Parts: sequence; C-alpha cells; structure tokens
Amino acid sequence: MSTAAQVVRSEWTKIRSVASTVWTLSLALVVTVALGMLISALAKNEFGGMGVRDRLSFDPTFISFAGTGLGQLAMIVFGVLVVANEYSTGMIRTSLAAVPQRGTFLFSKIAVATVLALVVGMATSVLAFFLGQAMLGDLGASIGDPGVLRAVVGGGLYMTLIAVFSMGVAAMLRSPMLSLAVLMPFFFLISNILANVSATEKIGRFLPDQAGSRVMEVVTPIGDDTPYGPWGGLGIMVLWVIAALAGGYAVLKRRDA
Amino acid sequence: MIEAVGLTKRYGDKTAVYNLSFQVRPGAVTGFLGPNGSGKSTTMRMILGLDNPTAGHVTIGGYPYRRLPNAPRQVGALLDAKAVHGGRSARNHLLSLAQLSGIPARRVDEVLGVVGLQDVAGRRSKGFSLGMGQRLGIAAALLGDPQVLLFDEPVNGLDPEGILWVRNLMKSLAAEGRTVFVSSHLMSEMALTADHLIVIGRGQLLSDMSVKDFISANSADFARVRTPDTEPQLREKLTSALTEAGGQVLPEQDGALRVTGLPLPRISDIAHDSGVRLWELSPHQASLEEAYMRMTQGAVDYRSVADQKAGLQQPLPPGAQPPMPVPGQGQPGWYAPPPPQQGGQPFPAPQGTPGPYGAPAAPGGQPSPNPYAQPAPQGGAPGGPAAEPPAQPAQPPAQPAAAPAAPATAPATNPTKSEDAR
Repeated sequence: MSTAAQVVRSEWTKIRSVASTVWTLSLALVVTVALGMLISALAKNEFGGMGVRDRLSFDPTFISFAGTGLGQLAMIVFGVLVVANEYSTGMIRTSLAAVPQRGTFLFSKIAVATVLALVVGMATSVLAFFLGQAMLGDLGASIGDPGVLRAVVGGGLYMTLIAVFSMGVAAMLRSPMLSLAVLMPFFFLISNILANVSATEKIGRFLPDQAGSRVMEVVTPIGDDTPYGPWGGLGIMVLWVIAALAGGYAVLKRRDA
Repeated sequence: MIEAVGLTKRYGDKTAVYNLSFQVRPGAVTGFLGPNGSGKSTTMRMILGLDNPTAGHVTIGGYPYRRLPNAPRQVGALLDAKAVHGGRSARNHLLSLAQLSGIPARRVDEVLGVVGLQDVAGRRSKGFSLGMGQRLGIAAALLGDPQVLLFDEPVNGLDPEGILWVRNLMKSLAAEGRTVFVSSHLMSEMALTADHLIVIGRGQLLSDMSVKDFISANSADFARVRTPDTEPQLREKLTSALTEAGGQVLPEQDGALRVTGLPLPRISDIAHDSGVRLWELSPHQASLEEAYMRMTQGAVDYRSVADQKAGLQQPLPPGAQPPMPVPGQGQPGWYAPPPPQQGGQPFPAPQGTPGPYGAPAAPGGQPSPNPYAQPAPQGGAPGGPAAEPPAQPAQPPAQPAAAPAAPATAPATNPTKSEDAR
C-alpha cells in the first residue's frame, strides 16, 4: 500500500475520532442554513417596501446564502483544528516519525479533510438554497433558472475552499490559537471593511472571500464594475488557497518539527 | 545500530548539542543520561529526522532516518507521553498510527495488552495519568515490532510496579537483539536497566562506557573513620599513620576521614597501634548517583539556590539559634569527593569546572556539626581553625562564584535584616 493511502486511512481515523470535527462541521451547516432562512424570510417581508433599483438587484439565490458569512467561521475552525492540532498536541512528531515524507503527509491529510469539507459544504449549500427559497415563497428562484445551479455548486465549493485556505494558514502558523486569531477577524471584519470602503474597494475585492463569494451571485448588482465573473472570482480564491498550501508545505519541509 | 558523528544543533546562538559522536549497538540497553536541558531530547529528535542537525549526521542502520526504507517498521519511538490528542481514545490513537505505518489493526489490541491498557482502550486519553500516557506512548513505539527503539524518559510518572515493568521490557527487547536507546536523568534507574551508558552535559559527551566500567571507575568501597572531635591532633596522627601504611585518606566535610586502600580491620589495628581512639569506623560505597552528579554538576543548567525566604520568616525569638544545616544536605553543589584511588577523573571534565574535582565544596571554615559531637569543654569548636585537617588534597581552592551564598549564614542574618527594615 502506498504511503499516501496509508496516510489517508490514518487521517480518516483521526478526523472521525475527535468530537471537534462533528461540532465544527454541523455548526457550519446549521448556522449557514438557519441564518439564510431567517434573512430570506425578512427579505420577503421587506420586498414590498423596496425601490425599483433594489427590486431590479434583488437576488433570491444570493439572499439564501446570506448565512455563509457567519457559517464560514465554523469551517475556518474545522480547517485550523485539523492541521494545527497536530502541533498543539505534539502528535506531529509521532506522525512525521512514521511518515518521513512530509509533503505526502501534509497533502494526504489535507485531502481527507477537504473531501469531508466538500461533502458538508455541498450539503450546506443545497439545503441553504432550497430552504431559503421556501422562505422567499413566490419571490424565490428555481434551480433551473440560468446561473442558479452554478451558484449552488459554487456555494459548496466556496465553503470547501475557505476550509482548505485555513488548513494552509494553520500549516504555516503551526498554532491553533494564533491561526484562529489571524483568520477569524480577517474574514469576519477586515475583509468586509476593506471591500466596502471606497478607498480600498479595488484591493478588497481581490481578497479570497470577497472574490470567491461572487460565484454565489446570480443577479449582478446595478453599477457593479467588478473586473471578474463568478468563475473568475472563484479562480482568484483558488489562487489564494494554492498560495496558502505552498506556504504551509514550505514551512513543514524546512523547519524542525 | 544508531551512529552519530559530530552531531551539532544550534538554535540561534544557543548550542543545544555540540560535536556529539556515539554508537548505540543492538542487543543491549543503552542509557542516555544528562541533566535537564542537556540536549537529550534534541538528540533523539535528530535521530528521528524531526530536527535537522546544524552539523554532523546521525544514521540508523547506515541510513539517515528520512531515507530509511520502511522507517516505522524499523524504528519505534516514545518522545513525549503527552503528545496525544486528548479527545481521542487510546485505541483510536494507536489505530491511526498503525494505519499510518501500514500495520494491521489487530496489532493495536496486541500492544494495548502488552502495556496493560486494554481496559481503558476506549476511554479518551484526556483523563489518563502521566503513567498511563507513558504506557500509551510505549505501546505506540512497539506497534511496528521495530528493531530499533527510542524512549525519552519512559519511567517519568510511573509507579514502582510500572518502573519495574519498563525495566524488564527494555531488557527483554534488548535480549531479542534489538537496539534500545533510553534517555533518563536518573542514574540509579539506568544503573539497573542499561548495559551501556552515554552521559552528556550541556550537549557534549561526558562519558561513553559500559555500566560495568562506569561502576568500577566511579564507585569504590571506602571506610569512613571518625576520630574524637575534641582532639584534632589525633586525626592528624591517624592520617599520617594510615598514609604510611599505604592507604589514601581524604577529609570529609564534617571532619570525618574517607579511607581507601586499607581493609577495615587493618585501619582499626593501625589506630590502635598509634593510640588513636575511634568514634566511627564504617564501610561505605560511593553511589553511582553521586558519581553521576559529580560528573554532570559543572554542566547543570538549572540549579536551585537556597530558599532565602526573605521577609517571610518569623524572626527568631531572642537567644534562639537558627537551625544548623546538615552536612551535604541543603547545600547545593556539594558532593562528596570522588574515590581517591582513581587519582583523577576517568572522564573529561566539563567546561567551567571550578575545583580539581569539579565539586564547589563550601570553604573548610564553615561550621558543620558532627552528629557524634558532644559539647566541647574547651577550645575545639567543630570547624574551628584547629580542626582543619593537616593535608587537604581534596579541598578546592576557593568557593566558586557560581555557588550560592553559604546557607549556614543566610538564615542567621535574614531575620535580623527583616526586623531592621520594619
């Protein structure tokens, strides 16, 4: 059996045998879906009082994904803990003594966690869409409408990529507390501020979450001059993820465990 | 077979391990001894390819660990008993490690039985005691049935039964022809477990020899002879008579004499012939612990000083005497002189050794009560100038600057100081 297959089996045992996996992933799903439903219900009530401009920009699909901003924080915790727990417990030494091929170890580990995040991310996205549309009632979009299926699939990919990005950052920082202290405020506050203040807007929209979330939009807001499309935005996010993983790999390869 | 050649590790400007060369052979338990912070764990991590040496190299069976084919089936290691995810059960912890090394899952239950954890295998390791954690770590090391085993402080936190079990386990693993490398800071434990000893201090090799050689080089029988404290001239007389008869005599801290090279009855006869009364004549053996402490004491990084308790103690009632320190106890850095027949050090002295024997003994003038001493009617207070031994071969020239303040005076002065401050 190849080393990678061994690491994958081992990592699956590790990931299913700690409670934090269940907690973080179920929290990501529940928060995203529940908040999406709540905001969808509120949007339905307010639609009558909206101006023409707002009605033209009304994007029922994107509204049902409104919980992503909060739910992604649980995904970040999942990604950080999967990698950084090895360091905080000291398991990394035992693991690397068993698998001296550090690259194989890191990427097999991340692959297992990514597949799990993808499954949960897709389920979250599908549930958030259909339950959100149910709340919106006759204002809701149908999965067959143009661009909607892309947005739903994209929503699942977005959640997955956020988790993988966190894994890369955690592999660089090697501490769960430090990684969370960097990632949480960044995605919850700083990125939003940078993307909404006009002075920094042009830079802010190239940040991973701002670019990636574009894939969940179906109706482009009026006056939007974003220089990339939905898939282009997700591509920018993928570049961020690759950079984080490369950084994590470089740190693991070079530094003492 | 583990072989280190010129192994050096620096962290910034701190050198953790310097120019360490040694071999660990199969079929024997090799003890790796050194004080805390002497570089044992760093060396272990370099053997396992976890840390990269700054210079030199270390190989297992001729390969650097990271190029060793099928490494986890050849080498098993316990580095840190607490290096487990507390939320994972013991069985799942071992299962993940077994899968990582391509070891069948049934082996997990086998090693759980070997270390005696089968009844708590399903419990989260968060609730494990340090001793249970050590057992879990040993189980992980045994998973791959490896030919080379490394254990970093395996007996820490174990109960006496557990210590005995580890000792027998190491011996039986070595008897099967495996290479067993065990680090410890307990000389007494290693003397019972190991066949070979590698001693390091401040990251440098101090000694590399078999336990048998170490014992014969460092631990010798001697007789302790005590003459009446009240008549110091008797001690001088006996010293010269014993030296004349071919014995070696060293004065001890509290005024007794340490005699080697003469059997006890002969010492008694000589004393009788010279007309010297004896208050004590007893057989002793210098312990290995003592030899080890003497060897490493120049290389100890973390040393306690006497607790001054400034301002914390009740002032003594007027006229009361502060408690006298017991010789050799509560005096950091004092160890009995080495067995004299060696005529020197069987091992290279560590850097910065203060005295000729590396023992920063307290100056001779320090009052040290003899447990046998009666209140002297006249003159000869213990430790007074007249009580100084005539020949002082083992007396270090001066108290080294590193030694803490003389503990005998500290408790006496502090209460008055704190009283003055009020």
